[in-house]
Amino acid sequence: MRPFSYERPPDLAQASRAGASSGQGQVDSPVQFLAGGTTLIDLMKLDVLRPSRVVDLGGVADTLRSITADSRGLRLGAFAKMAAVADHPVVRLSYPVVAQSLQLAASAQLRNMATLGGNVLQRTRCSYYRDSSWAACNKRQPGSGCAALRGFNRNHAILGVDKSCIAQYPGDFAVALVTLDAEVEVAGAHGRRRLPFETLHRPADGRPHIETNLNSGEIIIAFNIPAASWYRRSVYVKVRDRASYEFAIASAAVALDLDGDRVRDVRIGLGGMAYRPWRAKEAEDTLKGKALNEANATAAAAVALRGATSHGHNDYKPQLARQTIVRALLHAQAMPTSDGANHAG
Amino acid sequence: MTITRREVLGGGAAAMALGAELAAAARADVPADTAGTIAVRLHVNGKRRDLNLDARVTVLDALRDHLHLTGSKKGCDQGQCGACTVLIDGRRVLSCLTLAVSVSGRKIVTIEGLAASNGQLHPMQQAFIDQDGFQCGYCTPGQILSAVACVKEGHADTDDEIREFMSGNLCRCGAYPKIVAAIKQARDHMDSA
Repeated sequence: MRPFSYERPPDLAQASRAGASSGQGQVDSPVQFLAGGTTLIDLMKLDVLRPSRVVDLGGVADTLRSITADSRGLRLGAFAKMAAVADHPVVRLSYPVVAQSLQLAASAQLRNMATLGGNVLQRTRCSYYRDSSWAACNKRQPGSGCAALRGFNRNHAILGVDKSCIAQYPGDFAVALVTLDAEVEVAGAHGRRRLPFETLHRPADGRPHIETNLNSGEIIIAFNIPAASWYRRSVYVKVRDRASYEFAIASAAVALDLDGDRVRDVRIGLGGMAYRPWRAKEAEDTLKGKALNEANATAAAAVALRGATSHGHNDYKPQLARQTIVRALLHAQAMPTSDGANHAG
Repeated sequence: MTITRREVLGGGAAAMALGAELAAAARADVPADTAGTIAVRLHVNGKRRDLNLDARVTVLDALRDHLHLTGSKKGCDQGQCGACTVLIDGRRVLSCLTLAVSVSGRKIVTIEGLAASNGQLHPMQQAFIDQDGFQCGYCTPGQILSAVACVKEGHADTDDEIREFMSGNLCRCGAYPKIVAAIKQARDHMDSA
């Protein structure tokens, strides 16, 4: 690991100022914020991230980890640990897709370390990004190309990709957030602002080294998920190469509002599949007003994958994604909810 | 003169680390080390330990190289194997991905601090022995600390739950079934403790 200077500002304002040259998630940023450290320290050891200054947010974390739920929705402090939110009884009952996305991620140790804010900003697991001996990586070295296009791309993205980058967004929690129309609240030099979570991560757009729409020095302080009683009928289905402690090769987040067997409303998100946390709105529209059965779910899943582009080793992904969506929809339908009703069958 | 395995391994690791330092220093874009060392106070197994550390030193390296507590193991050193698991303020974390400076003032428990002061083993240590929960033993300190936390978190009710919540500790000998058995044995003793 390269040498760096370490500082631990006592409040948000000083932290933001210290991060004024942190960039927008660029790998060449000379300043990096440290929260749980599970991505940052790893990538610094691998010589992918090379900050000369590390700004430890541990001094501001204590006031920003509360979990509150009321009639307006769920508010998650960005410095809450993944484990605390996954175990929270209200989150588990009223927003199961959120609890499950966290519970099924990483390991117990990592969930004790990682904060929610850091988790959504975790970097891709693309091997060509993580191994700095590869020259071609537009994310690491802007303009250098993409080694994954013709390389080992078995778990690379098929949605939201372009020729500049096919890296996959690896997280689960962010998929739940984008599915439930969450907002993210950030604090920076010019005060606080809220933005739709789906706009936090930028499309590759030929410039994959710029990953987010956070301005320099901005720090995520909370996530807000609007309330909907039917979010109780929500689920996160994650398909992996091993049963636990593994990134998704496909995942689906589904929330379902049923009137008998008819779909009143539905949300569908996709993980393990796309360049950034992915929402399948057209697939949702396909299902609304229809009966939820395997045929209609399959038709909606086909719509969700319409724009998919694969590159050889990941040719299996569209089919796996479709089946994962169908499974998640039928699983959500079969969920017993708190009123005891079970709409399966 | 006798040379222990640990000395050989230690020398090898030091030589490798030196090589990496030289390689890093040879790069023109490496900033000068302006940080120097930082005063860090750790509470390890009930003892206060004051250290002056480079900001890059992880808790794992502070334990092993500076405090000579070599029970915590360096497996992958990138957060993928769990061999370095320790408890910080009672919670299981990966010491290889935690900077020592970032946990100054906090309480750390390693495998060396788990037994009672009279030498009586923690129920989890005894259970790993009773159930043969290891073969080579390299992952075992991390397994045991993770298992202690797993029980305390209330995530050890069923075999499936134990397997899920212990998935962050890899065992390449494949002692998993006996690790599950050990956790079940210790769980009942820890409940009554």
